[in-house]
This record gives sequence, C-alpha cells and structure tokens, in this order.
Amino acid sequence: MIDFEMPNSIRKLVTMLDTVAENMMRPVSRHFDENEHEIPWDYINFMHQAMRATGAGSLAPDEGKKREGPRTGYQKLAFMLEVLSWGDAGIYLDTPGGGLGAAAVEAAGTDEQKAKFLERFTGETPIFAAMAMTEPHCGSDTAKIRATAVRDGDEWVLNGEKIFVTAGHKSLIDTEGFVVVWATIDPSAGRAGMRSFVVEAGTPGCTVTKLEEKLGIRASDTVSVVLQDCRVPFENLLGSPEVQKKTTKGFKGAMATFDATRPLIAASALGVARAALETLKEKLEEQGVEIRYGLPRSRMTNIEREIVDMEAMLRSGWLLVLKAVWLLDERKSNTLESSMSKVRAGDVVTKVTQRALQLLGPLGFSRDMLIEKWFRDAKINDIFEGTGQINRMVVARRILGYTRRELS
Amino acid sequence: MYAFEPTEEQRMLVDAVKRYAVNDLRPAAREADETGELPQDLIEKGWELGVLQASIPEDYGGFGEHSAVTGVLAAEELGWGDLAGGLAVMAPSTYALPILLAGTDEQKSELLPPVIEAEWKPYVAALIEPSFDFYVGELGTTAVSKKGGYVLNGTKAYVPYADKAQAFLVYANLDGKTQAFIIPADTKGLTVGERDLLMGIRGLPTFKLTLEDVNLPAEARLGGDEGHESELIIASSYVAISALGIGMSRAAYEYAMEYAKEREAFDVPIAQKQSIAFMLAEMATDIESVRLLVWEAAWKLDNGKEDAFKTAYLAFNAASDTTMMVTDRAVQVLGGHGYIREHPVEMWMRNGGGIPTLSSLAMA
Repeated sequence: MIDFEMPNSIRKLVTMLDTVAENMMRPVSRHFDENEHEIPWDYINFMHQAMRATGAGSLAPDEGKKREGPRTGYQKLAFMLEVLSWGDAGIYLDTPGGGLGAAAVEAAGTDEQKAKFLERFTGETPIFAAMAMTEPHCGSDTAKIRATAVRDGDEWVLNGEKIFVTAGHKSLIDTEGFVVVWATIDPSAGRAGMRSFVVEAGTPGCTVTKLEEKLGIRASDTVSVVLQDCRVPFENLLGSPEVQKKTTKGFKGAMATFDATRPLIAASALGVARAALETLKEKLEEQGVEIRYGLPRSRMTNIEREIVDMEAMLRSGWLLVLKAVWLLDERKSNTLESSMSKVRAGDVVTKVTQRALQLLGPLGFSRDMLIEKWFRDAKINDIFEGTGQINRMVVARRILGYTRRELS
Repeated sequence: MYAFEPTEEQRMLVDAVKRYAVNDLRPAAREADETGELPQDLIEKGWELGVLQASIPEDYGGFGEHSAVTGVLAAEELGWGDLAGGLAVMAPSTYALPILLAGTDEQKSELLPPVIEAEWKPYVAALIEPSFDFYVGELGTTAVSKKGGYVLNGTKAYVPYADKAQAFLVYANLDGKTQAFIIPADTKGLTVGERDLLMGIRGLPTFKLTLEDVNLPAEARLGGDEGHESELIIASSYVAISALGIGMSRAAYEYAMEYAKEREAFDVPIAQKQSIAFMLAEMATDIESVRLLVWEAAWKLDNGKEDAFKTAYLAFNAASDTTMMVTDRAVQVLGGHGYIREHPVEMWMRNGGGIPTLSSLAMA
C-alpha cells in the first residue's frame, strides 16, 4: 500500500516535541550560540527524564517487545530529530541517549554488547556517547585511518588521534558515556583491517585534547580525542567473533551504521530548513505579502516562486527521508535511499537557509533574528556524516553497480 | 501509517503497463515522432490495458474505483515508454475523469459508458489557450449564461485528436470562475483549426479549436446548474502530467547511465568520472524524491485532504523542473551523440520541455 497518513503514535510524539522545541529550545537558542561551551543542562535533564518515561528516542524501541502493527522506531526518530532541530540544531545534538555512538553499537554490536553498552542510557542520569572516526589527515577517506588496535591478551591496546568527535566532551568528561573508536588491527589491510571499539569514559590513556570553536551548532561540543596505549577489554570490539577475522565486515559495520544515521541527519537538516522557511513565511505574512498557489510561472512574483520552490524541495526531501527510515523499519536495504536523502537534505537546507537569509535582507543578517544562526547551523549538514560529495559518490556507486575501485 | 509499496493489485496493473511501455510504446516512439502519427493499434492496445476503465465504477461501465495513486503509478510507466503515446492512450481520461469527479448522476450515467465500454475513441479536453500568460484560473474563453443555457466564445489549442473527436470537455470563464462544458463534436460554432506545430510530443496530433457563439443547453455544464469546483480536476491533471514527466525522466536517466558505462574516454568508462557519476546521482535523487511528492499529492487527492491542491501544485512545479533538468542532463551525458536523432535523449529533452505546459492533456 502507498500511504502518507501520519500514525497517531507519531502525531502524539510530534505534538509533545513541538512543545519542547518551542518552549525549551527556541528561547535559549541565541544564548547557547553566543556562549559556545556552555551546556544546556535544563534541556538535557528534561529530555532524559521525558525519554525515560516515554521510551522515545531509543534507537530500537520496538526490539524485544511484543509488537502490534508495523515497526515505526526509525520513523519516530526521524520525526523527533526533525522537530528538535527545528527547535535548535545545536541543542538537539545535546540530546542524551547515545547518538551516533549508540547507533554504532546498535548497528554493529552483538546482543550482549547491546545489552552491556546501551543499558546506561535508561538510567537515572543522562549519558552521552559518540563516534570517533575522522583523523587529522583523513576524513571522508576512512580507509586511511591510522589509529591502531593491537591485541594483548584479553585486551586491545589503542593508539591514535581522533578529531571532530561530536559530543565527545559530554561522552567522556561530562557523563559516564563512551566513544566508539574506529581503528585498524592491520594497517596493511586497508578497510579489511578496520574495527570499531567501545572506549568508556575514564579509560586510562584516552584524553580529550581540544574543544573546537565552530561556525554553527555551537551548543554541541566537538572535540579531539587522543588514545595513548589505551587499553580496553577484548569484548569491546564491536561485532560477532567472525568480525575478528580479516574481512571487510568491520568496515561494513560502519557503513551499516551510516545507512541508519544518514536519513536521521537528513531529518535534522530538514528541521532547520523548515524553521527557516516558516520564519520567512511568517515575516512575509506580517508584511501582508500573500503567497498564491496555482499560478503559472509567468504570473508569479519572485517571492512566490522562491517559496513554492522551497516548499517543494523541502517536502520532497522529507518524503525521501521518510522512505529511507520506513525501509529501515521494514528491515529492508536502504543504502541507496539513505544516501539520497542525505544528498537531498544537505542541498535543501543549504539552499533554503541561504534564500531565507537573502530574502529577509537586513533582518536576515541581523543577530536579532535566528535566520543567520540557522544559515550557519545548516552548513554542517552538508559536511558531517559524509559530505554531500561523498554521499553523491555512494549514490553513484550504488546506481552504477560500481566498486570503490571503479569510482572514487 | 506510512507505507511506500504499491498493493498487489496496483503492482499487477503497473506490470502490465510496463510491459506495454517496453514492448510497444518505446519501440514506436521515434517513428511516431518523425512521422507525426501514432499507429491506431498501438493506442488501442494501450487502451485495452484498462487503466481508465479500472477507475470507473461498474454503474458507469467500468470495473473499479477511481484512484489517483493507481493513476500516477500507471502514468509513470507510460511516460517511460513515450510521452506522446502515453498522452494518446490517456486522452479519454481528460474527458471521463472530470465527469466522474464533478458530474451530476445523469451526466455520469449518460456520458461515461460510451467512452468506457467501447474501443479507444478520442473524447478529449480543451483547456489550454494559445496566449502568453495562459492561466487556468482566468481563461480567455468565455461562457455567458443565457436563458436555458450558455454561449461560449474563444480559442483553444493543444486539443488532441480534435479532428476526430467525438466530444470535448471545454473549459471556459463563467463570471470569473473556470467551468467545464461538455460539447459534442458536431455542435454548431465549433471549428477545428490547424494542427499545432510543436517542439515535442510530435506523434500526438493536437489542434486549435475555435468556439464562436456555441450555444449549449444548461445540462452541458459539468455538475449541472450548480457547476463544480475545478481545483480537484486541475490537481488531478497536475499529478498525472507530473508522473508522466517522472517516467520520462527515469527513461532518460537510465539511458544516460547505460551509455556512460559503455562509452570510454581517457581509458575508462565516463561513468567512472565524478563529473558524470555525480550528475547521474543527482538525476536519480531528484527523480526519487519528486516521485514521492507526486505520490503524496495523489494520495491526498484520493483521501480528500484539504491541502491536496497545494501539494499537487508543488509536485507539478517540482516535476516540471526535474524533468527539464534530467532530460537535459541525459543529452549532456551523451555529448555530441545526445544531439543526434539516432539516440532518443534529444526527443525526451524536447518532450520534457512540454511538461510545464501540457498539464491538461493527462489526468489521473
């Protein structure tokens, strides 16, 4: 069946989150943008308690429970991220619950590992987790990762430097969380040597070395992490025992994580785009500018044309996200759609925030309004979790049936 | 509940349309474009697939319920096959579906069975007018009430098969409101003009149609004395032409992709070059996301959602842009070869340029 009816469970969630976004995020948006390294604890604590009470936000809320009807876990997450990012894309990244770190455990971990590492997120206090992949010398080219993991008895010894770790500070210093670190067990093996390891807060040899200052999403911390003879238990290597053999399974684990997270990042991007478009439309309405739908191009004003294009972009981009997460919920492959949704959403949010800024002119550029902040926040969506170009590459390889060697 | 999978029933219909598009429409497309004519048996075969018949209830000669979603799924396949051929097959729907959606019971009982129960016959709509700034909400063709009926005056263009049409559904401006009127072909004052000379869809003959003091009885007005709201009809056209455009875009994209994998430059297939690969990725992404917007608009129409018209309008705008972008890119991927009529991409580019204009020629 083809159906676009929002299920009641999602409708309720969205209504609740709208309130949070409007009352707990928007009013403090400017403050946390101007005070970069302050932590929005009010929001964090509230969300933690709310998510504990409702079970919202867990990456696999339907697992292990008796289900009635179709799964909607990832769909709910997409809506959640969209609404919270509409509130504030930086503060949303401070939502406790494990973020990308938990997503990696969820996508690549064994049942035991999931139980062990994910349980903490439902405890008394909010906990964070992060993913550490990028290194100073390599970003998109993840096969060039230099961080090493050497087995020593029952332990892995990790060495290397990771940068651009989102929420790394909150995961390792502010709370008892963890970072999922990507390292190679065989530097000569390229991607086949890649594995992911859970490094818990407080592990000796794991140090947060730098807190970045950014263009936007300033409420979210971005750090560097240095691993120096950092020892983690053997079972902190994510995945089944066969992952320890020399295959690209470990790497594919990371890619599987991206299949799940890319549409979610796309959802977040589109939340920012919606915020900008709605604000623009509100301003226009205040000014008595009417948007007429149904006119041919020859009769539209420039503003109407811009708005119609933006609305179409935003809606079609959102439907792509929705399809990508629906496929995830249906346990179907979504590699193509997930990358497509990220490509589209990155383009959409960049364009929409640019246009809104431009059309609002002196108002848009002013820090009195949030448009300029969203314009800055938006850009990260075309960069993190795979740049727009890397995602185009993934889409292209998939549609052409090409390997990395054939298209890079 | 969100879901993105056609039902089994829809899949069967779409598969049948797809087979027709692959085996019949596509192979005939180039010749039709060159000769300006689609073979009658080709159109008849498409008609027999029963896409329109399946959306008309039994009471009126059909065997199903109207579903815009099913309509756009079928339209995409027809568009993949050939836009001109698809429009020819669908032409009677531009007459029958407005009657189904907005007609009185009498109009439906009387007018639908002759269309639905027979072989393909040109019952067509006449909406577009040959002027800059044509706008469906403010037509130049006028309808004036007079005792017991209406008098229509004006000029229409892009009327398919007007020379052989059995009857027309003509849209006119009645006191500022767009209203449709059912007009048999032999009505006095109705003159079929010259065939339109068009850049694309050249296999589909379309004509100018002049109305000069065309006197109509009151019951000729769609919806009777009360008339009808034209928004829903226009929205149904938007989604249909959008789906045709998406189908044609998919055809162009697939063709360009296959070509790019074969054609070598600098010792590798050009598809291995990022500039080409990224174009293809963007084409695929745009097609997929705009297709979903078309589906949503159709779904909203089927479910009587308040913003169905607006969504259909957005989808139509997006599909117009996407079709023009994708069909242009397809020519670009083929380079000089794309410009030569040996390949179909130049035809799709010409046809693609018509999507923003041709909305009233299809209906889902």
